[in-house]
Amino acid sequence: MTKEYKTITEIAGPLIFLEKTEPVGYNELVNINLPDGTTKRGQVLDTSHDIVVVQVFEGTGGLNRDCGVRFSGDTIKLPVSFDMLGRILSGSGDPLDGGPAIIPEDRLDIMGAAINPFSRLPPEDFIQTGISTIDGTNTLVRGQKLPIFSGSGLPHNEIALQIARQAKVPGSEEDFAVVFAAMGITNEEAQYFMHDFERTGALERAVVFLNLANDPAVERLITPRMALTAAEYLAYEHDMHVLVILTDITNYCEALRQMGAAREEVPGRRGYPGYMYTDLASLYERAGVVKGRKGSVTQFSILSMPGDDITHPIPDLSGYITEGQIVVSRELHMKGIFPPINVLPSLSRLMNSGIGEGHTREDHKAVSDQLYAAYAEGKDLRGLVAIVGKDALSERDKKLLEFADMFEDRFVRQGPEEDRDIETTLSIGWELLAELPESLLVRIDNKFIEKYHPAHKK
Amino acid sequence: MEIKGEIFRISGPVVTIQGVNTRMYDVVKVGNEGLMGEVIGIEGDKSIVQVYEETAGVRPGEPVENLGMPLSVELGPGLLESIYDGIQRSLPILKDTMGDFIQRGVMIDGLDHEKPWEFKACVEAGDKVSGGSVIGVVKETHNVDHKIMIPPNISGTVAEIKEGTFTVVDTICTLADGTQIKMMHKWPVREPRPVSKKLPPNIPLITGQRILDGLFPVAKGGTAAIPGPFGSGKTVTQQQLAKWSDTEIVVYIGCGERGNEMADVLNEFPELEDPKTGRPLMERTVLIANTSNMPVAAREASVYTGITIAEYYRDMGYDVALMADSTSRWAEAMREISSRLEEMPGEEGYPAYLSARLSEFYERAGRVVSLGGLDGSITIIGAVSPPGGDFSEPVTQNTLRIVKVFWALDAKLAQKRHFPSINWLSSYSLYSKALTQWYDENVSPQWTELRDDAMDMLQQEAELQDIVQLVGSDALPPDQQLTLEITRLIREFFLQQNAFHPIDTFCPMEKQYQLLGAIQKFSDKANAALESGVLIQDIIKLKSKDELAKVRFEEDFDGSLKKVMDNMDKEFDSIKGELFAEGATQEVE
Repeated sequence: MTKEYKTITEIAGPLIFLEKTEPVGYNELVNINLPDGTTKRGQVLDTSHDIVVVQVFEGTGGLNRDCGVRFSGDTIKLPVSFDMLGRILSGSGDPLDGGPAIIPEDRLDIMGAAINPFSRLPPEDFIQTGISTIDGTNTLVRGQKLPIFSGSGLPHNEIALQIARQAKVPGSEEDFAVVFAAMGITNEEAQYFMHDFERTGALERAVVFLNLANDPAVERLITPRMALTAAEYLAYEHDMHVLVILTDITNYCEALRQMGAAREEVPGRRGYPGYMYTDLASLYERAGVVKGRKGSVTQFSILSMPGDDITHPIPDLSGYITEGQIVVSRELHMKGIFPPINVLPSLSRLMNSGIGEGHTREDHKAVSDQLYAAYAEGKDLRGLVAIVGKDALSERDKKLLEFADMFEDRFVRQGPEEDRDIETTLSIGWELLAELPESLLVRIDNKFIEKYHPAHKK
Repeated sequence: MEIKGEIFRISGPVVTIQGVNTRMYDVVKVGNEGLMGEVIGIEGDKSIVQVYEETAGVRPGEPVENLGMPLSVELGPGLLESIYDGIQRSLPILKDTMGDFIQRGVMIDGLDHEKPWEFKACVEAGDKVSGGSVIGVVKETHNVDHKIMIPPNISGTVAEIKEGTFTVVDTICTLADGTQIKMMHKWPVREPRPVSKKLPPNIPLITGQRILDGLFPVAKGGTAAIPGPFGSGKTVTQQQLAKWSDTEIVVYIGCGERGNEMADVLNEFPELEDPKTGRPLMERTVLIANTSNMPVAAREASVYTGITIAEYYRDMGYDVALMADSTSRWAEAMREISSRLEEMPGEEGYPAYLSARLSEFYERAGRVVSLGGLDGSITIIGAVSPPGGDFSEPVTQNTLRIVKVFWALDAKLAQKRHFPSINWLSSYSLYSKALTQWYDENVSPQWTELRDDAMDMLQQEAELQDIVQLVGSDALPPDQQLTLEITRLIREFFLQQNAFHPIDTFCPMEKQYQLLGAIQKFSDKANAALESGVLIQDIIKLKSKDELAKVRFEEDFDGSLKKVMDNMDKEFDSIKGELFAEGATQEVE
């Protein structure tokens, strides 16, 4: 058994400082025994011959200088097993559902290791989410990381759940799992997720990690890593296609900032630590497909933009790591449209490799480009109409204006339970485009118009 | 000198060691696993080391060893066709030795020490040699002769030279003072390789891309920055440069980019064909890939690793194109390490030395006479990715202060399907003046004037477009309507270029000159016609000018251009003729 130290010299926020220890490893797991018999866990943040700094996951409440500290001699590992599916675990991996402890098949380091870029397979398998604005114009592919950029009070949770329910690769019956990690969300939100998982039976093929708003903020730093470790295990050892939902990245970054401040680090932009980019990359980059392995990890994180500001450091740095983003719009939400996804600032960088012949349909790209262009122009015209009135518009512009309204009403709007396959999505697209004069369809090849345009189709 | 000591403190990638004599930038092996690190600070008897690998689990008291030399790369045959990480470890070999995930504590040689190469000597015993002297040649790949040089800091008289099959670590030459020369030598990455003289940037890098060569040329040995907003076709532009620019060697550094995108590059590059030789492009390419989740210190080093390899080939007398994608991610790495060192931050948290580091890097570009007396060059094309597309942020601003060429990729143009989507109003090149003489001698004395006229017209167009938006083009006077028509020709027939068309993908200078000249000729004729009273509508209706569009796709460029120009002459004659006839009829009446 390892030594217990009673040499705490200082406690500051979530950190404790110890001295006169034997050599302690960086990032080592620490157990702290409180005088009342309870145990808390922590992780070594800084270690030297003089002093060791430990961040305590469960918070430093109740700690004093009499606490005993034991160093485990090992970094934080997550016990993993195939039986994790269907389980609800705490933000640090302990069962919350009253079930037995997980009997580990393996214990994996939660920090993970970077995938060798040479071993990666460029993602190209189309995932059908059943949501037109995603499948049609911002297609998700296996191995991608595509966050939802949302704001407070917007229905991002509903969208995430709908995706978790409906996501599949058409025509393939491969094993599919969801790993859900909640970071600092409210109990109410967590209940909502859990209820929906149970209602739809999705829980059976899901692993849930819950760190709620009243759980210690420090724990949020390990929750997503636990979730991703579980996901990698299921993907690479059990050949499953895993969809990881992390919510909410903003809470994670707040915790990161809190830790930075407690360690008296030099702050970067808006007080967030300078290493936030690398730290976020170490989460997001754990999505991907590896050559020669059957499973894959796809990430769908939720990020609420403080003040709906897309240039805030959190969405900004995320956008530089993730392969696009789905932007939830307050304006559409106010109009009562669900899902209120604004396709214009949304983007999927890997879309082009996942669509077209052999993936979805040959005309997909052309239809998507055309819908995008027409909607962008129609939306621009709304501003003009506000100034000069509708009557001042040309016939062409009036058509485009109408198109923008119809696009929102028929393409964007769909029910929370409505699962549109890609054919349906594209047909709706064509029906809308058919309302425009054919001369405006400059983005679409004539051969596609002849084949798919409702006016030509036999 | 003490070379062994122990770890005192660990905080992420920053490790403090004690009991070792170190010099700045010495490489040390840290801990029981021998993680690689670099000394970046010395305080009393302690040294601060940035470690290139993950440090979880490393304890104070573990041993460290100073390797006594700065971070270096191995230079010799076998560099080409390699895919390295930021510290010259081959990614395919890492995959073989430790699987799909990058583990730590693995040191592998940058070059294959066992592969035999056929060495042909070109000096004899008794010859005097010095740093940079070429002593022999190895056929590295099908089209690249790798010149074996005396390392820069060595000189003497050849005592013995061998010929035949050797590995890179075999001695092939012995100098009179006993110095043994191998095919490989090491060079510290942070130290620029010496040259005997820098040459002025007065030769353009010919890329065959009309907007680049024509309007915004970069000189051989010059520096260019390219911002990469999404969907603007950065990848295609870079690949076109790699494929067509008149350089012998391409070094591509993927620094801190997305794993999936890097995977795309690593998959696509090896499949590209070198259009000049029909051989794989990889045979003259070195790829360096460091994604955003690989250790930050190695990302910081990757840019130096790349430029050192580029300098090595430059010293052989080759023209090298170096692409760094992206320098913004590199700056992020500097920012992160600086914050770990608790340095006082400058603008937006970047270290105060950001500007100095960027300029030091770009300064390693240049056209030079090498120590061995050979002409070579490195052209740096650095991508910047400003957060939120905001060009006022420090990395972009500092880069723009240094580089001489800015190719403003514009997503809006890409959406309009104008490719290459380089915005002609916000791009610039400061080399145009320096290159004038070359154009006069090699293209035509008229070229510079032709180019300046075209630029001028495009500027005018931008102003006119503002008016057109308000009042419509019909309200403009005829000469301005003509300007709009001519600039349309420049944009659509000259600036636009189809990278996927077998002929249009590469447009030699001569063709560019002819094409721009043809548009100019139309402009002159149209202006003259306008003055003599021809209606602008009649000029706009002329068919021959639109036939110009197809000329650039024709195999028989000269023939078809001549045909179009003849047609143009006829058409102008005929509308003038009509005018004259009308005038004549009127007079009779």
